[in-house]
Amino acid sequence: MTPGAVSVQGLRKSYGDTVALEDVSLEVRPGEFLTLLGPSGCGKTTLLRLLAGFEVPDAGAILISGRDVAPLPPYERPVNTVFQHYALFPHRTVGGNVAFGLESKGLPRAEIAARVARALEMVRLPSFGDRRVDQLSGGQKQRVALARAVVMEPEVLLLDEPMAALDLKLRKEMQVEVKNLQERLQITFVFVTHDQDEALIMSDRIAVLSQGRIEQVGTPEELYERPRTRFVADFLAVKNILEATVTGVARGRATLRTASGLTLLAADDGGYREGATVAVGIRPERLSLEAPPGAGGANGLAGTLDDEIYLGDSTEWHVRLDDLRMIVAEDAVKARQRRRGEAVVVAFDPSAVLRLEGRA
Amino acid sequence: MSFRRQAIWLALPCLLLLFGLFLMPQALMFVASLGRRSVYGGVVHDWSLANYGRALEPLYLRILARSVTLALLTTAACLLVAYPVAFWLGLRAPERWRSLLLVLVILPFWTSFLVRMYAWIFLLRTEGLVNLLLGQLGLGPWPLLYNDFAVLLGQVYGELPFMILPLYASLEKLDRSLLEAAADLGAAPARALWRVTLPLTAPGIVAGCVLVFIPSLGAYLAPDLLGGARTVYIGNLVQSQFAVARDMPFGAALSFLLSLTVLALLFLFRRPLARR
Repeated sequence: MTPGAVSVQGLRKSYGDTVALEDVSLEVRPGEFLTLLGPSGCGKTTLLRLLAGFEVPDAGAILISGRDVAPLPPYERPVNTVFQHYALFPHRTVGGNVAFGLESKGLPRAEIAARVARALEMVRLPSFGDRRVDQLSGGQKQRVALARAVVMEPEVLLLDEPMAALDLKLRKEMQVEVKNLQERLQITFVFVTHDQDEALIMSDRIAVLSQGRIEQVGTPEELYERPRTRFVADFLAVKNILEATVTGVARGRATLRTASGLTLLAADDGGYREGATVAVGIRPERLSLEAPPGAGGANGLAGTLDDEIYLGDSTEWHVRLDDLRMIVAEDAVKARQRRRGEAVVVAFDPSAVLRLEGRA
Repeated sequence: MSFRRQAIWLALPCLLLLFGLFLMPQALMFVASLGRRSVYGGVVHDWSLANYGRALEPLYLRILARSVTLALLTTAACLLVAYPVAFWLGLRAPERWRSLLLVLVILPFWTSFLVRMYAWIFLLRTEGLVNLLLGQLGLGPWPLLYNDFAVLLGQVYGELPFMILPLYASLEKLDRSLLEAAADLGAAPARALWRVTLPLTAPGIVAGCVLVFIPSLGAYLAPDLLGGARTVYIGNLVQSQFAVARDMPFGAALSFLLSLTVLALLFLFRRPLARR
């Protein structure tokens, strides 16, 4: 198998009575940027630590580049880690930190010096070799941690929420930088984050985890456009999730009725069964507001404007529809002409309605 | 009232204690060391450095050298024994057992040092427990008591907690992720210990060594009881000047020189100590 492939099969890990991972299987392709996304406690960091060798699985197998790494301690695995709080050695200079792994390999001094210099250049800290670690800013520490791991030329690079401690602006910069670095190096990256935006920006593919299980794996587009489960939809900011009963399926359309008696039309993906209760999700930006009685599209639900949440470039309206609430995103310029309490019609295309699996 | 002035008031009891129980006695000793022994064992003040001249004679320098050697050996042995113990306590021992294990480390302090030295005599003497057990194996009896080995053993035993505690403190607060980073970067356990754990716990090592070395330098109970007073160390020498020879000025001079030696050593190690 090509170097850099990761295969996780039936992995299980528990701490006492707490199950951190349950039957997790995942294939990471060589050279891929794969993100493990989920809320805290979902098991994403545990999975990363199992790949690094810091934890021993209760069951299951991990293959890296086709080789079973179960018997290998961390210091013999072809992977390196960028730690959440960087874990830079405080008793060593920046250069000393980057050189640490190469020294462990027993490389000649001249080669170490050359590779350290190249690695520091790559993370744009070429003149920092003699600096002390405690003189660095958060972003600089982040870069040194990256250089220290990348200089080892690992088959797989593991990154444990590396941006979590950075402020927003710096985080955005580092996201682009790390993504570019990965594309240049062609190393497999396994990246852990709880930030959905970060995952969407950086990843080739994303695995969403919840309660120790993988909910869905897919490209950012796939996950964004077609979240499969209620959890994934909720996590990826599908803010309107409704429960409804399927009252009819015909000609590629499913008719749904909510408990409060609203009727909506959904594009049939083949999963609707007449009489079944389903959960559906609709993104706020797929909804639009029209003046009553509406433009006569497929879906038009009458309601009143309730709350307004100003987000700068857009505005979120909370619209009351009987006992339901829907969140509609609207361009901020348009939103300025509306008032709270105004009667509106919420209109959307059937294709905006996403059928979700999981507890309805 | 400013914080600074409040702080002085808070430090006052400690300063008074140091003044009354450390500086004043030192000053009195220095004054006494410049005098001469009177017929009845008192001090005649004639302000001479004669006692210091005598203290630097080869006979006494050899005793000082022997004491420094004992203190160094004690410190080294304590470090070698204590580091693995502290490592296990600080990094490996189950969290809920830790405080109990620490209590066990300081438990010997609940018994007088003198009593514990007598206990060692019972263990080590020719008819003692150790030789009894050796006898069961068809070995011995070995001369375990009243020699330099027994003195060193007693010293190491007595000082061990003073080494374990500062080592434990620095190992316990060691950032575990640094050890993981070392392993992640290809360092096998021995290399990680040498390149990461030891350098990062150096302040604890220095503190423990100072805490063990200084009292060991003036040790006299273990040499007296376990060494059978056969070998004289500086502590015994000072003690005998006061209690046996009744030459207070000479004892004071020896004692003052010992204090100076300790101060000089502390001065040498001031940087690594301050880093803590």
